Amino acid sequence: MSSAFDEMKGHDGTAVRPAYGELDRWLKEVPPDVLDYRRREAELIFRRIGITFAVYGEADATERLIPFDVIPRIMAAEEWRRLEKGLTQRVNALNLFIKDVYGDREILRAGIVPEDMIFRNPAFRPEMNGQTVPHDIYVQIAGIDIIRVDADTFYVLEDNARTPSGVSYMLENREIMMRLFPELFSRHRIAPVENYPDELLATLRSVAPRSTSREPNVVLLTPGVYNSAYYEHSFLADKLGVELVEGRDLFVKDEIVYMRTTQGPQRVDVIYRRVDDDFIDPLAFRPDSILGVPGLMSAYTAGNVTLANAVGTGIADDKAIYSFMPDIVKFYLGEEPLLKNVPTWRCREPEHLSYVLDHLPELVVKEVHGSGGYGMLIGPSASKIAIEQFRAKLKTAPDNFIAQPTLALSTSPTCVEQGVAPRHVDLRPFVLTGSNGVRIVPGGLTRVALKEGSLVVNSSQGGGTKDTWVLDK
Amino acid sequence: MLSRTADNLYWLSRYVERAEYLARILDATQRLSALPLAYVGTGNEWESAVLTAGCAGSFFKTYETATEENVTDYLAFSTANPSSIRNCFEMARGNARAVRTALTGEMWDAINGTWLELKRFGTGPGSREETSRFLRWVQESSLRFDGSAYRTMLRNDAYWFSRLGVYMERADNTARILDVKYHLLLPDNERVGGPLDYFQWAAILRSVSALTSYHWVYRESLKPWLVADLLILKEEMPRSLASCYEAIVRNLDAIATHYGRQGPSQRQARGVRTRLQNSKMDGIFQRGLHEFIGEFITENNRLGMAITEQFLQ
Repeated sequence: MSSAFDEMKGHDGTAVRPAYGELDRWLKEVPPDVLDYRRREAELIFRRIGITFAVYGEADATERLIPFDVIPRIMAAEEWRRLEKGLTQRVNALNLFIKDVYGDREILRAGIVPEDMIFRNPAFRPEMNGQTVPHDIYVQIAGIDIIRVDADTFYVLEDNARTPSGVSYMLENREIMMRLFPELFSRHRIAPVENYPDELLATLRSVAPRSTSREPNVVLLTPGVYNSAYYEHSFLADKLGVELVEGRDLFVKDEIVYMRTTQGPQRVDVIYRRVDDDFIDPLAFRPDSILGVPGLMSAYTAGNVTLANAVGTGIADDKAIYSFMPDIVKFYLGEEPLLKNVPTWRCREPEHLSYVLDHLPELVVKEVHGSGGYGMLIGPSASKIAIEQFRAKLKTAPDNFIAQPTLALSTSPTCVEQGVAPRHVDLRPFVLTGSNGVRIVPGGLTRVALKEGSLVVNSSQGGGTKDTWVLDK
Repeated sequence: MLSRTADNLYWLSRYVERAEYLARILDATQRLSALPLAYVGTGNEWESAVLTAGCAGSFFKTYETATEENVTDYLAFSTANPSSIRNCFEMARGNARAVRTALTGEMWDAINGTWLELKRFGTGPGSREETSRFLRWVQESSLRFDGSAYRTMLRNDAYWFSRLGVYMERADNTARILDVKYHLLLPDNERVGGPLDYFQWAAILRSVSALTSYHWVYRESLKPWLVADLLILKEEMPRSLASCYEAIVRNLDAIATHYGRQGPSQRQARGVRTRLQNSKMDGIFQRGLHEFIGEFITENNRLGMAITEQFLQ
């Protein structure tokens, strides 16, 4: 891991890269206790505004803070431009792919993606077969996880096409940084991110059912205060200026969705839903769900309401489908993919499996439907016993796994106990797709693995976040 | 707006207002019980505090007698008492969290900050000084929340529902004090307690933060019937029943105008207000102060239900 690319100092650790020049000078000037003091101040602010998240399965952790690192991660304008093009291309392909999967299935007939990987996929929703959605857009909001391995190479690590979260951290991190380090801002020209809610609202309005004649009524559907991302839901609803609704606030009558208001029922046109497919309608999916709205699917399939993201987009989150993304891009767009995929072994294929079994100590093995960093094996840092246990799991259900080389995620200077040290980071930009195209605010959520050498950046596994600066020149 | 949001805002304000009221009762009682016995008679002030807080039933299931220690604990810190100050703040914060989007940053900051600080007091202060500090803190927290709501909220239905919560709770609280202490306020109360009751009257005024106002309004020494007048009929006194109903009618009217529709709760509120406006203390005393208060409490509860039915569910 010593060969990891450092965002500030490159591979050899001598010359500071231009984007980091000003930050480097500043870091040399600023006394260490100031950094530490600001870090504590940031934590205090976060706690006061209540930006918390919950970690499932921890009894005493209903409200916890994600550690925030006060040193920003910086990207040059040119780097961002390339990334932006790649992301636009990727998300366009994702939308076309999902439309095709629930429509003509050309990609299956062309033999590019194996049929059973779609039809036997738990995220596949047969209810969506032959359905059209307003403006043919399925993934209005995508979170594409990007990692970097050297000055020129970005990989897509994961596509999040269901209900990607984290955007509130992107926005709040910037707010806090501007509050704590005004002098640092005056020394840089940083592209703003605060227009994200505006862009999101415009995107959501643009995908209202075509039959909506008045200004579309947009709501944000949350599972409620006990959801780990509840803070984000309320934050976004507030910034968007839309109602934050729970399932019980909505009802469906004659295939039309209404919300219960102090002035009686009011029609709803677009639902930005942060509730998974499984739970949105107890009549269509899990009957035990109390988070959803009975009859919502009937209103949806009747074309009377837009769900963002569409039902069934989880198919694109699947890590085995992911491995086909370069082919998917080529198939629909006729272009070479601008963003690379991490080389991936699909354990369902016997040759791949035997390779993986032979190389477990050097690979990262993930569940195809997993997320949040749960249930994965990181070969190089796993104990012999853990590897053997994983080997057994892998042999019993190879279909459930994919494997990838252990990539040296780039590092970025981070404020830790011992001072400022490099820590591994990734990046989740948020890609919005509306009827008038793709919009991406410059930046995203940078997650950082705070433990020395650790490659796991997930907040549920002790990762932190940083502000992400895209320089404006 | 969403009915659930209106409901949360309404209750958020009610709980904060209730917490402040409980702190005032405890504060006034603490002062009263610190006086030499000769000045206040033989009544158990702490029992009276439990009655005024409206939780005598549940209290006496747990405790046999009311002492300073167990009443303070029950009204302020108990997790078993659903209406303790602690639980009021917990519930207020729970409601606030559920409607973050309807709150301004300042309001959230006030209520969340209070909730975080509450933890600092642990299971309750050890000494009287600490209790005093705690009670002052509760009142300050409520003022901060109320002030931030008043100064930062948009003047729309969210604001009006939150104000309604304040005044409905306040009317109920003032009525409850009157209900427990009415016998001290009868015109010929010499029979009940004589001039010794001065400190009792002062304590009543203190629990609705009206001691100074009293002197400004009447420029007289404390007279029980004037205390009753101040708390019931004086519209300029912010915690009087008349003032609460003036505000309730005003806020319900704002909602009605905004929605373009009057309903049962507007009609009921106006009814109560008109009755208060047409009343004189003489008449109230003649018909019976206790009966008057009893009827008021019933009316106020009915209005609470009407508001819930019309808007909040």
